[in-house]
Amino acid sequence: MTQLQARGLVKSYGPTPALHGITLDVAEGEIVAVTGPSGCGKSTLLHCLAGILRPDAGEVVWRDQRIDTWPEAARSRLRRTEFGVLFQFGQLVAELTAAENVALPLLLAGTGRRAARTAALTWLDRFGVAELADVRPGEMSGGQQQRCATARALVTEPRVLFADEPTGALDTLTGEQVLTQLVRLAREQRTTVVLITHEPRIAAYADREIVLRDGVIDHTGLGLDASLAGGAR
Amino acid sequence: MSTPHVLLGLLAGGTKHGYELKRAHDERLPQARPLAYGQVYATLGRLVRDGLVMPAGQERLAGPDRTAYALTEEGRTALDRWLSAVEPPMPHVNSTLFAKVTVALLVADVDRARAYLIAQRRAHTDRLRELTALKTATSSTMDDVVAADYAIAHLDADLRWLHTTLDRVADWHREVHP
Repeated sequence: MTQLQARGLVKSYGPTPALHGITLDVAEGEIVAVTGPSGCGKSTLLHCLAGILRPDAGEVVWRDQRIDTWPEAARSRLRRTEFGVLFQFGQLVAELTAAENVALPLLLAGTGRRAARTAALTWLDRFGVAELADVRPGEMSGGQQQRCATARALVTEPRVLFADEPTGALDTLTGEQVLTQLVRLAREQRTTVVLITHEPRIAAYADREIVLRDGVIDHTGLGLDASLAGGAR
Repeated sequence: MSTPHVLLGLLAGGTKHGYELKRAHDERLPQARPLAYGQVYATLGRLVRDGLVMPAGQERLAGPDRTAYALTEEGRTALDRWLSAVEPPMPHVNSTLFAKVTVALLVADVDRARAYLIAQRRAHTDRLRELTALKTATSSTMDDVVAADYAIAHLDADLRWLHTTLDRVADWHREVHP
């Protein structure tokens, strides 16, 4: 079932075009990698799909509802409840502990303090950093911070996770551990993932790869299952 | 890969007969081409001839007699020497991928070279996905993971080269056919 759609998305920054009419469908539970060289528009596409940016033209459709025309407050609510967003640098709140950071999206969505902390501890444990629950980001390594940020992005059990170069700042092994766990949990929970990366070996974790070039889709790579079955998408 | 040295390494922990060596090879190097029995015995024959390995008795389980082999002192020295020698890092660029694109540009046009690069990129991407699935499977052993890591790193490098060459191929063609 199609969960998220872009239809003819166009976006420019002043005179600089970023997206030139992107159309794509993402199925529920699918892990899609969006790749391409620097400046090809992949982050802009993610921001439009997640409702952070409004496209100049075209539509973003979420479960049959057009969301790009929604007011900011409604899109913001959608990001708190249905979407999770994860960036290259975790962007944890420096003053809060790991558990408080992870509990934050739940508290904003109205969950009680005790239940939010319990869920936060569960998610920190899933990413192997339960012992850091009461530690602040400044006292953590980059890998530990990104594990906490990933736990925070998934704690609300979003239907879609938007991840922009989530392992880009990590060394190969740490990045791989974070990504492997992220993909494993997403598959278990049937969370849809839109993963931005410029690295082929990261894109290989996805079911499908969409390659952008100069704001348009250059080509689409098949997922492993589809390619083995000789299917076309 | 140096099969004789790998066999010396597999014998370093104790005597083994040919069948055990073949099994140990395929288990420790899971993504390598499986070793043929003929190759095991031919290699053992040469290692015995060169004094690096010696027969260490017959063993009869269910079936014919099997000769067990042991590492000699000379064999251990040869193994140590091999393990200490640094491999020359790519002394020649003789990749088939590279040669094929070069020849495509010589005998055909830029579209032919581009078509090959795109088809190869697809094949590389598919293999990268297969290996990624293999290494992230919960049943993977560390042998599987490390072998997949090695192949993934090389495929990743090839893919970067394929991407970059697709961007350069038109300029390259103009240089080849001024």
